[in-house]
Amino acid sequence: MIEPVSPVDRPPSAVGLVGDVGMVRRLKALALTGPLHDLDARKAHLDGADLTVYAMAELGLHAIDLVTVAMDFDRGADHDQVLRRLVPLAAAQAPGRPAAEHERVAAWVLHSLINVGNVNRGFDAGYGTLHADGRYERRRFDFKLLVELADPHGEIYLRATDEAVTVLVGALDTDITSAQIAAEVALDTLIRRGRLADARAAAEAARYRTVQYAEQLRRQLDATRRNVLAVDWLEAMPALVDEALAHVEQRYRYENAILTHIRRYRDSADDPDHKRQAADLVTIVGDCIRRHTQLQARLLEAGAVFRAEQDRQQFATAPSRGGLDLHAQLLVPTLTLPAGDAERPAAAFFPGAVGVRTPRTPRILDLVDLLLRPPVERDTLGAEVVEAELVDLAEPPRFDDETWSGALRLLDLDPGAPRRLSALLAEARRADERDVADLVALLALHAVSPRVAASRQAGDETLTVAVDDGTVLDDPEFGGADLLVGRARLVTVPEADEAEAEADADAGADAAAGAGAGIGADAGAGAGGDEDGAGGGSVNGSAGRRRR
Amino acid sequence: MTQERRVDHEAAREAAREAARLLSFGLRPRLVPARDVDYRDLVRRYLRDSEFAALTRAVADGLGLVVLDVSERAGIVPAGAEDSAFAMRLGDYARRAGGEHRAADRLLHALAQLAVAALAYPRPADLTDASYVGRVSVHGVDAFVRETCRLLAERAAGEDLTVDPPLDAPQLEAAWRLYARRASTGTTRDARRLSGSTTGIVARAMNVLVDAGCLVLVGDDAGGTFRTTPRYQVQVRELAADAAFEELLALGVVTVTDGAGTVRVVVDEPVLLDAPAAQVPSARVAADV
Repeated sequence: MIEPVSPVDRPPSAVGLVGDVGMVRRLKALALTGPLHDLDARKAHLDGADLTVYAMAELGLHAIDLVTVAMDFDRGADHDQVLRRLVPLAAAQAPGRPAAEHERVAAWVLHSLINVGNVNRGFDAGYGTLHADGRYERRRFDFKLLVELADPHGEIYLRATDEAVTVLVGALDTDITSAQIAAEVALDTLIRRGRLADARAAAEAARYRTVQYAEQLRRQLDATRRNVLAVDWLEAMPALVDEALAHVEQRYRYENAILTHIRRYRDSADDPDHKRQAADLVTIVGDCIRRHTQLQARLLEAGAVFRAEQDRQQFATAPSRGGLDLHAQLLVPTLTLPAGDAERPAAAFFPGAVGVRTPRTPRILDLVDLLLRPPVERDTLGAEVVEAELVDLAEPPRFDDETWSGALRLLDLDPGAPRRLSALLAEARRADERDVADLVALLALHAVSPRVAASRQAGDETLTVAVDDGTVLDDPEFGGADLLVGRARLVTVPEADEAEAEADADAGADAAAGAGAGIGADAGAGAGGDEDGAGGGSVNGSAGRRRR
Repeated sequence: MTQERRVDHEAAREAAREAARLLSFGLRPRLVPARDVDYRDLVRRYLRDSEFAALTRAVADGLGLVVLDVSERAGIVPAGAEDSAFAMRLGDYARRAGGEHRAADRLLHALAQLAVAALAYPRPADLTDASYVGRVSVHGVDAFVRETCRLLAERAAGEDLTVDPPLDAPQLEAAWRLYARRASTGTTRDARRLSGSTTGIVARAMNVLVDAGCLVLVGDDAGGTFRTTPRYQVQVRELAADAAFEELLALGVVTVTDGAGTVRVVVDEPVLLDAPAAQVPSARVAADV
């Protein structure tokens, strides 16, 4: 039985909302190409010169291309970098035009794709949906092609949005995985048939797919870093990671196979044009492999990121009760409200948070003065730079000249009669000069590892040498070995023996310092290497004043 | 007898002058009692002498002010009552924008203030803890709101496939869409911050708060990093949050929480996490939160 229905009160039910989903997608996909067509439509209206010779949509696609290729996991493309590469393309389209115009065109295309003129720096397009009850409703679709983002240092870079990548690839609303497989099957076939230009297109498509894939993962990991609970790590994420890993593995094998294939083709091709194309292709597929490897590394890290974030976030101190939850009870509800309503709570919050302001009311007199005052002339150079008087920042010497002369007099021993450190100290104290005793002890320590080479260069005839023979120093102030301090004569030896002589001196120093290590702290640590090191080490080691 | 009365009058006049002086200190928002001996003495007198306190509040009332709180840390914190000459209005603040985006800009400026407070005091307890000092940055606040918008977008996408807002009815569009749609940053001819971008709007909000003695600049990291002052805490807790909450109540939007807070506060970047992760700007959000 068929009931006659009037078409007025019964619209075709098949065109309900559910049936419209595909239509909505197609309308949106169509809208995405709008800004590119717009470039060509608007070029005639640009002032200054006739720019109709340029194929703007083509330049636009190239710009999106450049940004997409430059995008990796963390960053995007530099403004200038994109412009630099876009200018030659513009120049190729109109070689007769001046270089300044090429730059202007390139900048115009890039700014149009960012949509600098719009406060949102984005685009919108209208579309309609037909409801099951026959109601037709217009909606607005907002989208962006290129977005500007700031890195931690405040530098601004460009990224292509998912929508832009979709426009480029031309595969609208398709599943990433299957599209990539299809792209690569096509690539392989094309190479086999020697159609390299097409193969190149397919390879590039494959690369965009990879970028898109990485972008998805990046966003999930970012969200995890903010809040572990915001991402489903129980099922969705492990599934995604597993799937992506399997995918990368397969792609890697496949692309390597393709790569060997093209390489062989490249090396055997006779036509130089084909050879060049094949070489290009090798670069692109190589880049694909690099990106896959990068993605794989990130995938392997994903689990670690999750665990680290879980540790970090779970074990944060539990908050206690009290107060209003500004985020959950104010910010989120306000953001959820329609714009018209949301202004009420937001505006109510404003005066309280900002606090009071003191009204400023200038006197008429001051106002007249202010208005009549001539503008201050700014000196472009600024104030004169004052020549600063610089004083050497030197620490005053620890021991004064008098002390030095006293200590050196004590150490000016007869080369034939070495003395014990304890005796020297006692003598220094007899003169009732504490500093002399300190200096004598330090000089004796230095003498454990004498600077033979330096003294020889200085032309000294004798040199103070101290040796530890195992006697323990019994002193109220110093600890360590009771060194035998003496004066050794420096003898000039023939060239060949010089090294040996130095080695001897080193060995002696080592032995002394090594013995010192048993008494002091870490004298041995510095004693091994050069003479200076050994001296310094000994001083650090056994010069430690005994603490009373 | 008349002599005594005259003394009384003089004392009363003196007290009134001191009360007004205390208020005048409070109207210089960046001044704190720790930096001015007279101010500190007057605050102490207010806290000790209930008669003087009542007098101060009466003077404030006459001027169209409400004394929110008086403490040695924050000093006296007055707030402009409605229609007071001292109250800062959203209209004065967001007047610069014009044309079709005027309404949107007003809302975004107001939301930025709300977001700064929400990130400065992420947990309910932070508002009541007088010793709590929040730390916020321009990029941190922007990323925080964007993340909230993203979660709301996910929620919206789950409900309906036709998620796009209706054409020609901007007032019916959800507020988060406005924020999410606005560019977060952008280049300008003179290398300044793009004032219409969300980071520009947030930076403006923070600079106003600095002038109002609510935030103190501590560094230029992440677009400008600030710490909160006790004054800001008092203003948000005693006045702003309640006013906004009442408006939400009037609109029938009530969110019940368990008081434990919905924002997770993370102490700092973990040592274990690899270095590149710390470079990601969004990772800073967690730290800033």
